[in-house]
Amino acid sequence: MWGIVGQRACRHGSSAMSLQGTRPVIHALRSFSTAAKEMTVRDALNSAIDEEMSADPKVFLMGEEVGEYQGAYKITKGLLEKYGPDRVLDTPITEAGFTGIGVGAAYHGLKPIVEFMTFNFSMQAIDHIINSAAKSNYMSAGQISVPIVFRGPNGAAAGVGAQHSQCYASWYASCPGLKVLAPYSSEDARGLMKAAIRDPDPVVFLENELLYGESFPVSAEVLDSSFCLPIGKAKIEREGKDVTITAFSKMVGYALKAAEILSKEGISAEVINLRSIRPLDRATINNSVRKTNRLVTVEEGFPQHGIGAEICASVVEDSFEYLDAAIERIAGADVPMPYAANLERLAVPQVEDIVRAAKRTCYRSSSLAATA
Amino acid sequence: MALSHLSSTRSNRFLRPLAAAAAAAAASSLCRPISTSTEPLVIETSIPFTPHKCEPPSRSVETNPQELLTFFRDMATMRRMEIAADSLYKAKLIRGFCHLYDGQEAVCVGMEASINKKDCIITAYRDHCTFLGRGGTLLEIFSELMGRQGGCSKGKGGSMHFYKKESGFYGGHGIVGAQVPLGCGLAFAQKYNKDENVTFALYGDGAANQGQLFEALNISALWDLPIILVCENNHYGMGTAEWRAAKSPSYYKRGDYVPGLKVDGMDVLAVKQACKFAKEHVLKNGPIILEMDTYRYHGHSMSDPGSTYRTRDEISGVRQERDPIERVRKLVLGHDLATEKELKDIEKEIRKEVDEAIAKAKESPMPEPSELFTNVYVKGFGTESFGADRKELRATLP
Repeated sequence: MWGIVGQRACRHGSSAMSLQGTRPVIHALRSFSTAAKEMTVRDALNSAIDEEMSADPKVFLMGEEVGEYQGAYKITKGLLEKYGPDRVLDTPITEAGFTGIGVGAAYHGLKPIVEFMTFNFSMQAIDHIINSAAKSNYMSAGQISVPIVFRGPNGAAAGVGAQHSQCYASWYASCPGLKVLAPYSSEDARGLMKAAIRDPDPVVFLENELLYGESFPVSAEVLDSSFCLPIGKAKIEREGKDVTITAFSKMVGYALKAAEILSKEGISAEVINLRSIRPLDRATINNSVRKTNRLVTVEEGFPQHGIGAEICASVVEDSFEYLDAAIERIAGADVPMPYAANLERLAVPQVEDIVRAAKRTCYRSSSLAATA
Repeated sequence: MALSHLSSTRSNRFLRPLAAAAAAAAASSLCRPISTSTEPLVIETSIPFTPHKCEPPSRSVETNPQELLTFFRDMATMRRMEIAADSLYKAKLIRGFCHLYDGQEAVCVGMEASINKKDCIITAYRDHCTFLGRGGTLLEIFSELMGRQGGCSKGKGGSMHFYKKESGFYGGHGIVGAQVPLGCGLAFAQKYNKDENVTFALYGDGAANQGQLFEALNISALWDLPIILVCENNHYGMGTAEWRAAKSPSYYKRGDYVPGLKVDGMDVLAVKQACKFAKEHVLKNGPIILEMDTYRYHGHSMSDPGSTYRTRDEISGVRQERDPIERVRKLVLGHDLATEKELKDIEKEIRKEVDEAIAKAKESPMPEPSELFTNVYVKGFGTESFGADRKELRATLP
């Protein structure tokens, strides 16, 4: 087991094994000196779910092809073999039915992880997510809590067309009673999944199919089974001083690439990985904008009433005097997702869109013409 | 006799006798040209129909040589098309999802033989062959699959979203089960318009457990809608075998108070008979369920090898014993309607047709960027729509 020196604060660490003091510090330092390990987001999610299922027998997994098929995207690979058919359940293709069953099980004290093969199919079950899960703790004055996680890939993939490409972040994030998380890196995936499973409230966990295969370095701390990330806290992925760029999920990678391009042109961009869409870390966002005075919001979903719209409102409400330029929104195109590759490329934000918007906030156009 | 009927328009390709083959046969001095007779021929289905709350139709199906040869050609075209699509997907010319129908050809071909283009068909995402049967062309199909302007949805829909409204084909749907209530809606409109036409809503064994199916079926039964629910039972919902998903996998009985019929979906004549029976039934008595016992050779989609949840022996066994095209080949040869060589020549011709369509589709250009913003609304009232960077790319919707 890896030694860890510190431990992130997490809710109710009944399963959190403190390793402080069980190993000499020297051993921990030696562990840190080994080469950084890399882990795919897929493995990060798999290991997080595995560890939480191991730690808490009330946690179980339900969804289409999660068991024998090893998961449509192999996120739940090996879990049926390890935990058996009582805890890893293959469901028929009936989202409304099995989501309702999951919420009911959560009412009675179990901790379901319900998988949607993509969040597009969650629309068949949205009544249960909103009316049966999100609102129950409130309506029952605290009697009926719903410790459930709804997870699956969200947003665009590659060439899957209009009915399979929608981002549901803003739909779910507008609903009080839900928590909505969106990991980017493997560290995010592990830490946020563990936090979601341990959380006593319904959590919508928005993954991204195109990120599953991406590898990220993970520290020893991240690999520890007690690792957890706080819900409601964004992460500053890259510090900067000229413009703030907010993003979540796959767009964080794009924002980081944009920041790299901008830095070569003398613009220092601060990239915020939201991690948590609801609760939204307004403090981190506003503090950043108060520092940089400029903001570009980036999201994959439809622009109207999107995540960027809420962030804009928050900054205008709380940090208006600090803005030196109008806020820019980069979002998915305001059309159903087309299939043709060239049209799809126009419908999803690209790195150059983020660069262009950031420059506009700095009153720099993309052309080379210099103005005094 | 055959040669005097030589004429075919492109769109009627599939309904015309095998003119080219006949000419070739005559030219190669075979003594008997391939049969295009319309003299009735009565053939027994492979097995009897199994009824639920109704009297089953007779096992003896009226057909004729011309029809049988058309069945052969149509199914062989579909088979070749799907196999070509497999290659195109592996060559990355087709992106996203691609769900292939090879093995199930008898269902859509048999259905077409008993209905007309004013009857409606709606299905889910395994729709390439259904679209072809409704009068779509190979060129439209391959163009759409490759996301080109010449595609039936102008490249904007993709594999799962083919439509042909003028021939009564309503898609092409990606969400499992959704097409069933939609099909009941088509039937509602047909009855409302006093059409005397019917709708066939196709769904799989995976979709058969969807609640919305039962909701729509209940209403259709109450309102006597001319809807035929057709369960294409290929025994696997993605990777889940029917017995793991359904407490009762007798899908033809699942309508409870709605009558049903179980049909050998690999026997094109049985399918034709059942659909003819069903059409007559629903116009008088309201909904009916047809369960087609069929099989898909490919996995659920091109991302699924199809062999982790079923054995290769099972797949090859079905191909050996029940392949729909082979059944018709045996019938044709057994009744001396054509020679083996003639049938092989037809297959060669089909291969060439498919290859030519693919080559032509590859020449079709990608959609214009302005197409990003077309067809959002029928009537846009001049609202603006935006690209990813709303200050860089915007359009006014007409």
